[in-house]
Amino acid sequence: MSTATSTETQDLAPVSAESLAALLVGGRRPPRPSALSASLTFGRRAMLKIKHVPEQLFDVTAFPIMMVLMYTYLFGGALAGSPKQYIQFLLPGILVMSVVMITMYTGVSVNTDIEKGVFDRFRTLPIWRPSTMVGYLLGDALRYTIASVVMLTVGLIIGYRPDGGVGGVLAGIALLVAFSFAFSWIWTMFGLLLRTEKSVMGVSMMVIFPLTFLSNVFVDPSTMPGWLQAFVNNSPITHLSSAVRGLMAGDWPAAEVGWSLGWAGLFVLVFGPVTMRLYNRK
Amino acid sequence: MSRHTNGLAIETAGLVKTFGETRAVDGVDLAVPAGTVYGVLGPNGAGKTTTVKMLATLLRPDGGEAHVFGLDVVREADEVRARVSLTGQYASVDEDLTGTENLVLLGRLLGHGKKAARVRSGQLLEAFGLTDAAGRQVKHYSGGMRRRIDIAASILSTPDLLFLDEPTTGLDPRSRNQVWDIVRAVVAQGTTVLLTTQYLDEADQLASRIAVIDHGRVIAEGTKGELKASVGAGSVHLRLRNAEQRPEAADVLRRTLDAQVQLEPDPVAVTARVGTATSGDAAEQAARALGELARAGITVDNFSLGQPSLDEVFLALTGHDTHTPKKDEVPA
Repeated sequence: MSTATSTETQDLAPVSAESLAALLVGGRRPPRPSALSASLTFGRRAMLKIKHVPEQLFDVTAFPIMMVLMYTYLFGGALAGSPKQYIQFLLPGILVMSVVMITMYTGVSVNTDIEKGVFDRFRTLPIWRPSTMVGYLLGDALRYTIASVVMLTVGLIIGYRPDGGVGGVLAGIALLVAFSFAFSWIWTMFGLLLRTEKSVMGVSMMVIFPLTFLSNVFVDPSTMPGWLQAFVNNSPITHLSSAVRGLMAGDWPAAEVGWSLGWAGLFVLVFGPVTMRLYNRK
Repeated sequence: MSRHTNGLAIETAGLVKTFGETRAVDGVDLAVPAGTVYGVLGPNGAGKTTTVKMLATLLRPDGGEAHVFGLDVVREADEVRARVSLTGQYASVDEDLTGTENLVLLGRLLGHGKKAARVRSGQLLEAFGLTDAAGRQVKHYSGGMRRRIDIAASILSTPDLLFLDEPTTGLDPRSRNQVWDIVRAVVAQGTTVLLTTQYLDEADQLASRIAVIDHGRVIAEGTKGELKASVGAGSVHLRLRNAEQRPEAADVLRRTLDAQVQLEPDPVAVTARVGTATSGDAAEQAARALGELARAGITVDNFSLGQPSLDEVFLALTGHDTHTPKKDEVPA
């Protein structure tokens, strides 16, 4: 190992003092980039990471396929008579559940980055402060879109027929991605707050599992006990899955869309500032 | 410049940072003249990195004040960021990305257009001898290459002040010399450099003024000349043939050099400090000491004249070496 390293150093071309000097003279700083430009640059960083480490797409491809197949055939016969009938009800819900579950990887990637020096460099740049975090989320929005498309394809293959057509389906996915973008600010907060990747995963599971299962993703809440209905009917995940289900079925569930966007706005307003406070204090 | 800065790039007064019970930085006063290399010398855990992080707006001081080009590092953090760059102890680039991708990304974040960022990255990679590695992920770079890409990232836009936190720790001598050349080129173009290091010779090679820091405090500060006058320009290291002759040898050295003499753990080794302000030229003194030893019939197997080590500097300045905790400190 040490021999290899020293050989490499030997072979390294020397530093050219003259060209370096010339570069330094001409290198005054241009005006700072806009908030949008900085955020998009960080988003591009997330894309480059996907390009170099494509394995990280596993959770937005294999995992969603597994979710659709598993729940359709596991519950389909018992709950709706047949898997084919159940998928009409389940697909929008399982789409919401899987994508919301995937959001928790945001916290893990923020947390692993903090450990590295590159975070310190970003924090010494004169840019719009939240752009680093927005960049993560823009990259993740792409991942959510990929997961949605993958699941929809599987659903169509096994018999899902949305009455809303292309327009309804696209509107549903757009709402889901927008909600997940907002929801992810919870994870940027935990990513900055908690010390290890493992604890981020642990806390995420504690939040995600009850939140996604205690909803109307799998079944109509009317059979649940009253106290549970009170929770389920007011859960943001229930609102979101009703909205997505409605949009994909060709209805215009204005109230549910409103609730979903309202929750999304609340998540950004609460967890955005907390995230930024932690980011500045880190 | 509208602000009154007294020609100082950095000015701190009573800077404090505590982590729980530990006072990592305990009242640091610095005055760094613009356009020079300023060395901050100290052992691990002395508070060097914490100080740099506060000056680079990464950490908020718990007490005292710090100004960079007259700008307050807390209240005017954004303006400070526009004028500084930091190369941290660990590679401050994204290891998953290639050299080019890293530099283009940072170029864009500094406000360069797409094309300008590409051109500038290409030029920097070439100047740093990294053109061949430009398309490789940084995680496959050697230590020396990482340092280079790291410094290249810091001067994408020429900063007015560059922080280099232990830039050569862990590098082989050749890569180390190359980093020194880069630092000289950067400062020659008018950038102020604050360099932290554990190595006295590094500070000696590059810095015009040096602050020695220990337990979060500045224990000595001055030009290289002033610092050397207080610790001595160098040390004579002797290894004797017979351990029994060591006390006698120590006596001879003390008499001829009028200097502090230290008996090393090795029973045949002696070290004497030479070249202090009171005792004169180091080489001439060393020669005289050798002659006196021969006259006294003491056989010297090995003789060397070197710069004092950081340990010796600390011994001279504080009376304890870098590893010994202070008396009031509870051992962990």
